[in-house]
Amino acid sequence: MSVEAPNRALGDAGPTRPMESSATWPRADRVGLGLAWAAGMLLCVVAGAIVLYMLFRGLQYLSFELLVTRPEVANDQSRSGGFLDPIIGTLMLTVLGTIIAAPLGVAAAVWLSEYGRPSWLARLVESGIEVVAGTPSIVLAIFGLLIFSQPLFAFLSFTAEGNAVFGRSFLAAGAMISLIALPFVVGATREALNAIPSHVREASYALGKTKAATIRRVLLPAVRPGIGTGTALGMGRIAGDTAIPIALLGATLQLQAVDGPLGTLRGTGGTLTTYVYGNSPAGEGNAPEKAYAAAFVLLLVVVLLNFGVDLISRRRQVTSWTR
Amino acid sequence: MDPLTPPHAAPLPPPIRRIAVDRSPTTVAAPAAATNGHGHGQPSGIVGGGRHAQRAGRAGVERMRLEDLSISYGRKLAVNRVSLPVRQGEVLALIGPSGCGKTTLLRSLNRLIELTPTASREGRIMLDDQDVDRMEVTHLRRRVTMVFQQPNPFPMSIFDNIAYGLREQGSSRPRREELEPQVIDALERAGLYGEVSENLDHPALRLSGGQQQRLCIARALAVRPEVLLLDEPASALDPRSTARIEDLLVKLRDEVAIVIVTHNLQQAFRIADHVAFMYLGELEEYAPTDQMFGAPRTQRSRDYVSGAFG
Amino acid sequence: MLGALACLVLLLIGTMVAMVLYTAWPSFRSNGLAWFGAGAPNQGQLDDIFNSPANPAAYQYELRAWPMIWGTLLTTAGAVAAALTISLLSAIFIVEFAPPRIKRVIEPVVRLLAAVPSVVYGLVGVLVLVPFVGNLLVSERRKAEVQYVVQLTGDSLLVAVLILTFMITPIMVAIMVDALRAVPRSWMEGSAALGVNRWRTIWKIGVRAARPAIVAGVVLATARAIGEAIMLAMVSGSWFAPNPLDGFTFLVEPTRPLAASIVFYLEGRTVPPLGQTLAAIAAVLLISSLFLSLAGWAAKQPLKRYGIV
Ligand SMILES: Nc1ncnc2c1ncn2[C@@H]1O[C@H](COP(=O)(O)OP(=O)(O)O)[C@@H](O)[C@H]1O
Ligand SMILES: [Mg+2]
Repeated sequence: MSVEAPNRALGDAGPTRPMESSATWPRADRVGLGLAWAAGMLLCVVAGAIVLYMLFRGLQYLSFELLVTRPEVANDQSRSGGFLDPIIGTLMLTVLGTIIAAPLGVAAAVWLSEYGRPSWLARLVESGIEVVAGTPSIVLAIFGLLIFSQPLFAFLSFTAEGNAVFGRSFLAAGAMISLIALPFVVGATREALNAIPSHVREASYALGKTKAATIRRVLLPAVRPGIGTGTALGMGRIAGDTAIPIALLGATLQLQAVDGPLGTLRGTGGTLTTYVYGNSPAGEGNAPEKAYAAAFVLLLVVVLLNFGVDLISRRRQVTSWTR
Repeated sequence: MDPLTPPHAAPLPPPIRRIAVDRSPTTVAAPAAATNGHGHGQPSGIVGGGRHAQRAGRAGVERMRLEDLSISYGRKLAVNRVSLPVRQGEVLALIGPSGCGKTTLLRSLNRLIELTPTASREGRIMLDDQDVDRMEVTHLRRRVTMVFQQPNPFPMSIFDNIAYGLREQGSSRPRREELEPQVIDALERAGLYGEVSENLDHPALRLSGGQQQRLCIARALAVRPEVLLLDEPASALDPRSTARIEDLLVKLRDEVAIVIVTHNLQQAFRIADHVAFMYLGELEEYAPTDQMFGAPRTQRSRDYVSGAFG
Repeated sequence: MLGALACLVLLLIGTMVAMVLYTAWPSFRSNGLAWFGAGAPNQGQLDDIFNSPANPAAYQYELRAWPMIWGTLLTTAGAVAAALTISLLSAIFIVEFAPPRIKRVIEPVVRLLAAVPSVVYGLVGVLVLVPFVGNLLVSERRKAEVQYVVQLTGDSLLVAVLILTFMITPIMVAIMVDALRAVPRSWMEGSAALGVNRWRTIWKIGVRAARPAIVAGVVLATARAIGEAIMLAMVSGSWFAPNPLDGFTFLVEPTRPLAASIVFYLEGRTVPPLGQTLAAIAAVLLISSLFLSLAGWAAKQPLKRYGIV
C-alpha cells in the first residue's frame, strides 16, 4: 500500500525535477527505447484485438439455446443443435485431470521441499517435472494412446471385438491431461512452501509435533493459496488443451457412455476445444458461427480461471509487480 | 610503504594520536602542504606527477554546495535543511548514528536518489555554481560518481568492469586497445593494478571483498570524476583492506573532491579534513576534523564524539 | 511414501520414452536415416502407409519426413526469433520504462495472451488471417505463377509464424520480467552512478545478468513451438517444403510441421504401420524436447563463472 501511492504521485503530478530524459541519449539508445515502447504496445494491441474480436463474434453468434441443446450429427452443422455436451465434456475432463494432478502435485512438491532426500533423486524428480512440462501435449496424446490400449488398462475404456482395447475415454484422457496441470501445481506449491520461514516449522517441532503432523497441520493450510493458484492455472491449461482430447477422448460430438459402471467416464466424448476445432474450416463440421460461439465460451472459462488466480495471488502479495 | 598504517596493521587500539600529530597541518588551511608531507611514502606511478601538481594549485576550492537540502521518503523527512560545502583537495566525512540520513544525503549529490520512487527533494545542490537539476543527469553522475557500501562489481571480467563506464558513455564504442591505458591507469590509481595485472580477464566477482571494493573505486575513477562519493566503503571489509582504502583516499583527495560516509569515527578522524555530524536528518555540526574531535561546539556532537574516544 | 509418489514422475517419463521409441522402431528401422531425408511428398507416403495390406509382412513404412521437419524448423525458428525480440524489448519496457498505469494493464495482458487456448488462436488465424493473406496479400498473378507446384490459399508459413510468435511471447516475457526484476539493484545503481543512462544500464547490466533466464525462456518457448500441433494444423496448410529462394512467395507457401501432421492422421493410428509412423514422429518431438532441456541446462553452465546463477 505504501508502494503504490507515491509511485502514482510521481508519475502523474510530476516531480519538481524531470526524471532522466531520453532526449540527450545517443540515437541508438533512443531507438531502443522506442522499440521497447512499441513492443509493449504491440502486446496490448494484439491482446486487445483478440479479446474484442472474440467478444464481438461471441455476442454475435452465442445464444442461450446453443448452450443448453445437445449437438447432433448432421451434414449441415449450422442446424444441428448446440454444444451442451462439449461443455459438460470440458467440465468433466477438467475436474478429472485436476483430481489426479492436485494431490500428486502437492505430494511431489511437499516431498521436494520438505524431504528431498537423497538429493540426487530430488534433483532428478525436479528435472523430471520440467521434462513433463516441456513435453508437447501431442506427444503425451500419442503416449496415452499407446499405453491405454494395453490390456492392462482395459478397464478404463471399452474393449472392442477381438479384445482390442479402445484406449479412448474420459478416464484415459483425464489421466493423461493431468500431466499438463501437474507442473503448475508443483511449481506454485513449492514456491509457497519455500516462502514459509523456517522458524514456523521449528516452532511446530518445538511443540513436539512430528514432521508429518507439521506438514499436515501447519504447512499445508498455509500454502493453500499457492495450491489454489497452481491448480487454477493448471485447470486453465487443461480446459484449453486440444491435442489430448482429440486423441484420447475421441472428439465425438456427443458424450457416448459405455455399458457398465461409470459408463460415461469410460465412454468417449468431446470438449469445447475439440468442438471448436471440428467446426472450424480445418475440421469436418465447418460451421464457423458455432466455432466462434464455442470459442467464446471457452475463452471465457479460461480467462475466468486465470482471473481467479489473479484474485488469489493479489490477496497474497500486493507488490508483486513493483520493485 | 604505508605512511598511515604500519604493515602489520593492528587496528586496536588505533594509532590515532600518532596520526593526529602526523597530520596536524591537514586542515582546510593547507591541504597542499599536508599532501606533500605524505608524498614521500607513495609508490611511484600511482599518481601522475603533472596531474598532481596541477590539481594542487586548486586545492581547497569549493566544488559543490548544498543549500537548504531536504529529502523525504513519502511523508518521512530523512534530511532536513542541510547546507554544506564540498571542497576539492580535502576529504569530507559525514558521520552520525545510523538512520540519520547520511546515505540519503550522499545519494542526492548525484541525483541517484531519484532512482527511489518515493523520495522527493527540496533545496539546491550546486556543482561549480551550476544547479545540478539543470544538468543532464548522466553528465552529472559522471562528474560525481559513487562507491557503495557493499562492493558491487558487475558480473563481468575485471577489465570490462573498469571499461564499462568508458564504453557506455557515448555512441561510439572504443576498442579494447584504446581503453587499455585508461583501465590500467584507473587500476593503478586505486592501488589494485599490481594485484590483478596478470588476470584482467578473470571474473571480478572472484576477487576478495577488499579487492572488489578497490575495483569499484577504480571503476568510479575511470570516468575521471570531479567528486567521489563513498558510502561506508569499508564497513564490509577487514581492517587490512580498510587501511588500504583509507590510504588510497588520502592520496586521491587532490585530484577529486571526496565525500565519505562513515560510522567509524576513528576512520573519520584518520582521513577527513572536515567532518559533518548529522543527527536525525539535521546537520548538527560542520567543522574541521581537529575541532570536531577536539572541541565540538554542540553538546550532541560532544556526546557522540566522546562515545568513540571515551 | 511421498518420495515414492514423486518418483512416479520418473517412472512415467521412462515408460513414455521407452514405449514411444519401441513403437516407433519399425518405422525408423525400415527407413534408416533416410527417414530424415527429403524425397516423395509426405501426403502420398502417409496415405500409402495408411493403406498398407493387412499382412504384417507387407506393411508399408516408407517415409521421407524432411518436409515436415523443415516445416517445424521454419515455424519454430521464425517464431522464436520474432518472439525473442518482442519479449526482450517488452520485458525491458515493463521493468524499466512503463509508466505505472501502463504497467498495471500490461501484466494481465501478458497473462491473457498466455492463457488463450491454442485452438482459439487457430480459429482466429484460419478465419481472419488466412483469408486476409490468401485474398489480399497474395496477388492472383503470384498464385498463377506457382499453381502447378503449390496452391497459395493463405494457409501459410507467414500466418503460422505470426500466431506462433504471439503464443510463445508471453512465456518469454514472464520469465524475462522476473529475471530482470531479480537483477540486484546494486548492479543497476552502480551503473547509474557511473553516468550510464537507463537504457544502457538495463541493456548492458540487466539483460546481461538475466541471460540464464533468457536462455530458459527461449528453451521453453522453443519446446512449446515445436510441440504446437492444433493451431498449426489449422493455419499452416498442406505438406510442402517452402523454399527460401522464392522470395516473398516463400512466406506465403504452405507447410505442415511434424506435430501438426500427427493430428491429421490420428484417426488412422489403428492401422499398425501408421500408428508406428506416428509414434516415430512423436519420438522425434519427444527427443527434441528432451535435448532442449539438456541444452538449456548446458547453456547456463559457462555463465556460472561470472557469478550469474
Ligand atoms: N527507500 C527508503 N524508503 C523510505 N525510507 C527510507 C528509505 N531509505 C532510507 N529511509 C529512511 O530514511 C532515514 C535515513 O536513512 P539513511 O540515509 O539510509 O541513513 P544512514 O545512511 O545515515 O544510516 C532512515 O530513517 C531510513 O529509515
Ligand atoms: Mg547508510
